[in-house]
Amino acid sequence: MSPDAAQQDAPITAENLVKRFGEFTAVDHVSFRIARGEIVGFLGPNGAGKSTTIRMLCGLLRPTEGRANVAGFDIIREPEKVREHIGYMSQKFSLYGDLTVSENLRFFGGLYRVARDVLPERMRFAVEMAGLAGREDALVASLAGGWKQRLALGCAILHRPPILFLDEPTSGVDPESRRRFWDLIHTLSDDGVTVLVSTHYMDEAEYCNRIALIDRGKLVALDSPGALKQRSLGGYLLLIECEPIGVAIAALPKAPGVREVAAFGNALHVLVEDADAAIKDLPPLLSGQGVKTTRIERIKPTIEDIFVRLVGGAKPESP
Amino acid sequence: MKLVRIKAMAVKEALQIWRDPFSLLIALLMPLMQMLLLGYGVSLDIKHLPVCVYDRESSQNSQALLKNFQASAYFEIVQVAKGYGEITTSLDRGTCVLAIVVPPDFTERLADSGVTNVQAIVDATDTNTANIAMGYAQAVVGSYSTAAQIEATDAQGRPLQFIAPLDVESRVWFNEDLSSRNFIIPGIIALIMALVGAQLTSLTISREWERGTMELLVSTPVSPMEVMLGKLAPYFLIGQLDAAFCLVFGVFWFGVPFRGSIATLFLATSLFLVVVLGIGYFISVKIKSQVGAAQIGLLLTLLPTTLLSGYAFPIDQMPPPVQAVTYLVFARYYVTALKALFLKGSGIVELAPQLLAMAVYAAAIAFLAARAFRKNLD
Repeated sequence: MSPDAAQQDAPITAENLVKRFGEFTAVDHVSFRIARGEIVGFLGPNGAGKSTTIRMLCGLLRPTEGRANVAGFDIIREPEKVREHIGYMSQKFSLYGDLTVSENLRFFGGLYRVARDVLPERMRFAVEMAGLAGREDALVASLAGGWKQRLALGCAILHRPPILFLDEPTSGVDPESRRRFWDLIHTLSDDGVTVLVSTHYMDEAEYCNRIALIDRGKLVALDSPGALKQRSLGGYLLLIECEPIGVAIAALPKAPGVREVAAFGNALHVLVEDADAAIKDLPPLLSGQGVKTTRIERIKPTIEDIFVRLVGGAKPESP
Repeated sequence: MKLVRIKAMAVKEALQIWRDPFSLLIALLMPLMQMLLLGYGVSLDIKHLPVCVYDRESSQNSQALLKNFQASAYFEIVQVAKGYGEITTSLDRGTCVLAIVVPPDFTERLADSGVTNVQAIVDATDTNTANIAMGYAQAVVGSYSTAAQIEATDAQGRPLQFIAPLDVESRVWFNEDLSSRNFIIPGIIALIMALVGAQLTSLTISREWERGTMELLVSTPVSPMEVMLGKLAPYFLIGQLDAAFCLVFGVFWFGVPFRGSIATLFLATSLFLVVVLGIGYFISVKIKSQVGAAQIGLLLTLLPTTLLSGYAFPIDQMPPPVQAVTYLVFARYYVTALKALFLKGSGIVELAPQLLAMAVYAAAIAFLAARAFRKNLD
């Protein structure tokens, strides 16, 4: 397959990627293919290996084992070629705080060799996208989080890369800014840009075409949010509000037809084989243990439920 | 290697220097401060050295001898003591550096045997000054004794046993008025270059690590060579500007002669800058904390430049093992070249050994520095 064809078909492919830091295996035999224009979300708790995988794909870290191809280039043999075709936003904000908005843009425009005649137009686009029109001469250090984040995205797409790697781009940004940010990502994806984005916000997973669940270095599942929910859960999900909750958590797993119990805030999410039977049988069973059920109903599972089901203990943050 | 990337890098770095008060201070104010401080403060000249005299004879002869001290530009009689106690006190307090004691039998012994003694007591806490003071004192006494000898012979009407003393007419070249300022100012340029080079560049890479900007920089297609050239270009310019400032200030403010060619000075300065900037950059790459990098930078550039380059402390007065070490100190070659350019007006041909030595250093350091920066986070 020629590089062009590879890029058309799957601009990002990883085969058995492994990264070890000494004894610690941060990424453990991860393989996937991402199609052109797709938005794929890496979801997992902190330290799961999301950032390490992204950094390997950007050529920032050398894989210990395995191989990967980005934009038709091998990440180990041609990291510089890879870098020319990607935009990257690191987990930590990393523009120059002591430079102004336009100075930062001009700097990255220079590094990516954006042609002189299109640079002003691209810069204007980035400034408007970030909502920073009129503040081009403000020092970046003086900007609030949401603006910084969007400006970082603006810098990452100045050279119109076909592939974007965004490593927790919305961490520490207010909900309104996060929503605007995801709108931008969807606009880019509509233009054919392939986006690999990591997040530990469960609700953001719903914005992605496909979700890669990552836990302790392993790729646990990779599918669309809908398919993941259907396939992975293997039962129906009930929401139960009751008092005292601790007794219920201990008692429910032993009840017939109950597969799994997890605490979600003040309520319980309970996975059962038969929803109707459970709604009928569980309250009497609980009250026999001295637990008063105030609410029990069938709910649509969220990505968080999937995650808990597939991964178990370690649970990503809720927003 | 693409010029547009180097330029983007250089502009960015220049803007960061411009907005960093600490960098600006070192780049612009430090040269002026060093010039004034060292130009005025450091003087190795011995002039008007305070002298205490104790004349135990008080004869015409003894007074004539002491007048010779008074007449010399090197000495100034600040105290006439009446006993050893006063001399001890003055030396202890530092109000005088040298004490001259004329013995009570000064004239008598001179008449008897033609040989007499004068005692000189010197405060040798500063050995350099003490040595020079003793030398001058001996010269003053020596010239008096020659004159006395001739006079005595004449007075007794004996046939003239004229012992023609060897008369050395010394003529000083290159630094005609033997001013230590002329000797020090050219060397200060090396000091300032080392300071600017080491201090400023040692921060350039560590700053990217500490501020978290390195990760993004590494993710771009910029090559390590482009990073190095772009980052060092503004510092090279600052170094040249500082050198030009020192030249103008030294010549017009301090009146130090500059007899060489500007082009040769530029060449020597460029080579020296490549070495110090390369060292600063290398350290910055290897040591990821700003403070650590700055300290090691100073240790490797400023310290040897101050102590072992011969800028103020002459190399030929150092113990032989230390002298051998100075050949490894790259600043030695620059200081030698600077002094020759300012005072002797040496050209590129005479300075070829120094320039060649610096070129070898520059090439080696540039090679090491270019290979030091690797574009990954492992």
